[in-house]
Amino acid sequence: MAEVRGKAVERGLHLRERLSGPEASAERLGALLIAPTVILLVLIVGYPAFYNIYASFQYFVLTDPGTEHFIGLQNYTRVFSGVDSLSAWGRTILYTVISVAIQFVIGLVFALAMHQNYRGRGVVRAAVLVPWAVPTVVSALLWKTNFDPRIGFVNYLLGVAHLPGANTTWLNGVWTSWTVILVADAWKNTPFLALILLSGLQVIPDDLYEQAQIDGAGILRRFWYVTLPLLKPSIQVALIFRTLSAFLVFDVIYAITGGGPGNATNTVAFINWRAFLVDTDFGYGGAVSVVLTISALLIAVAYLRILRPST
Amino acid sequence: MTAIRARSWAGSAGFYLVILVILLFSLFPFYWVLITSLKSNTELTQAVHGLWPDHASLNSYNQLFVAGNFLLPLANSVLVAAGATAIALVTGILTAYALVRLAQNARAAVLGFVLAIGFFPVIAMVGPLFFVYRNINFLNSYLSLIITYLIYAIPIGLWILVSIFDEIPKEIEEAATVDGATPLQVLRRIVLPLALPGVFTAAIISFILCWNDFVFALSFMSDPNRYTAPLAIVNLGQSKYQVFYNIIDAGVVATTLPIVILVLIAQRRIVSGLAAGGLKG
Repeated sequence: MAEVRGKAVERGLHLRERLSGPEASAERLGALLIAPTVILLVLIVGYPAFYNIYASFQYFVLTDPGTEHFIGLQNYTRVFSGVDSLSAWGRTILYTVISVAIQFVIGLVFALAMHQNYRGRGVVRAAVLVPWAVPTVVSALLWKTNFDPRIGFVNYLLGVAHLPGANTTWLNGVWTSWTVILVADAWKNTPFLALILLSGLQVIPDDLYEQAQIDGAGILRRFWYVTLPLLKPSIQVALIFRTLSAFLVFDVIYAITGGGPGNATNTVAFINWRAFLVDTDFGYGGAVSVVLTISALLIAVAYLRILRPST
Repeated sequence: MTAIRARSWAGSAGFYLVILVILLFSLFPFYWVLITSLKSNTELTQAVHGLWPDHASLNSYNQLFVAGNFLLPLANSVLVAAGATAIALVTGILTAYALVRLAQNARAAVLGFVLAIGFFPVIAMVGPLFFVYRNINFLNSYLSLIITYLIYAIPIGLWILVSIFDEIPKEIEEAATVDGATPLQVLRRIVLPLALPGVFTAAIISFILCWNDFVFALSFMSDPNRYTAPLAIVNLGQSKYQVFYNIIDAGVVATTLPIVILVLIAQRRIVSGLAAGGLKG
């Protein structure tokens, strides 16, 4: 991508000369057609971003009208030293690492299996799209049902298999609540991750494997030296999307635990939403938003750099 | 593939086991919710388990749709998702065509900008947008969601449309240009008909992404008459009165089934569309 950007800069340099050339009218029409998209996105995304930066330096509580004033970095102090805030950041990071790791491993196994030649592969590919098509918050309710001690299948199957945990009331405990959240998130998102990885596997030429096999590479070496390096672009895309959405987890928390028990499943995104919509504290909400946005962009940039395709 | 020919019997049994696990993982949890929605209240309280209810009935659907008026939130969801998708398609088609044919030197910058927009957390936009909509009396209006959902619909739509237009041979258009057609006529008469399947893909994926939204609907829609389907089910589950899981699960099925059917019909297109949207970066 950096290469593409580089070319864009290069092309941009020629832009000025071309504006008076024969293609000028086409370019003008082009700019006219591009404008609505760019303007809409700048308004919907750019405006809130700048508004958050502004509000984050203010005392600004909507239900406390007329008291808005500049308070320097106090909102940021709350973000970086408040006990609730710090524990939420810790929780969110831990949750992101665990859920992305689980989903990536399962997704890769699914993708490798789905890539083989077998009867009914169309059916399997359609089946894995089912969880993807379920709205996130609805999948959360689905798993709330399935983990319900009386109605759900989880405790029932644990009981049938004589495994421990058949009597667990999942949403009463901290770790058991996280388990429900992790499972709901993995169910909804792993198939999508698998499909992205699968589309990457499909463009790896077969003769590379054949060549590696002739050279005496076993199945594990072929996976390590052929599959993984060539899969890098898909891995990059999959990990960026999954990491960001795990880091920003909200819907699942809202519907399953509401942040509880106590504050045990309170994540940064949840704090952010509560600051805006429950406490109407736009200063603190703005500060959380700014830090969250910068973190998200840093995560994206980090992946783009670390996993840059080596071609 | 040689790997497959070499696979032993045990290996292929293991392979089919993985495939079976994938199928169960994807479908069984949904199936369980489906049968729970068909159970009667008595069966729920007695915790009867099995792969089919003892007395399957559509009673909970009756309660959901007749007493709960669930068609309204479904219609609201369709309206806002379709509205945002329509706007995103129109702007997306024009912009994608411009990037592919008219202003190629803006291509990398615009696509990069749109990609970067996709990395902005939507949760951080909730507050400021709420504030604006509140000040212009836009809360509880369909337009507030339609405009906001463009965040979901425009980026993915544009990426897919660009990848589709890229595949249309330039020569076909050049012939028309020689005959005196303007760029917009070429787009409408030649490019669009050829790109129709791809436009369809972009529409389905945008629609599903908007349909998936919860946080904006939760924040902007406080009037139950304007609830979207996901918001309506969540509020059903958090009502202070005892609500049975069979009704909530009927809501889960009713919200999901139309999308699942859509996905199954357009499965191939969606997979290739997601790949185009995701991998061409």
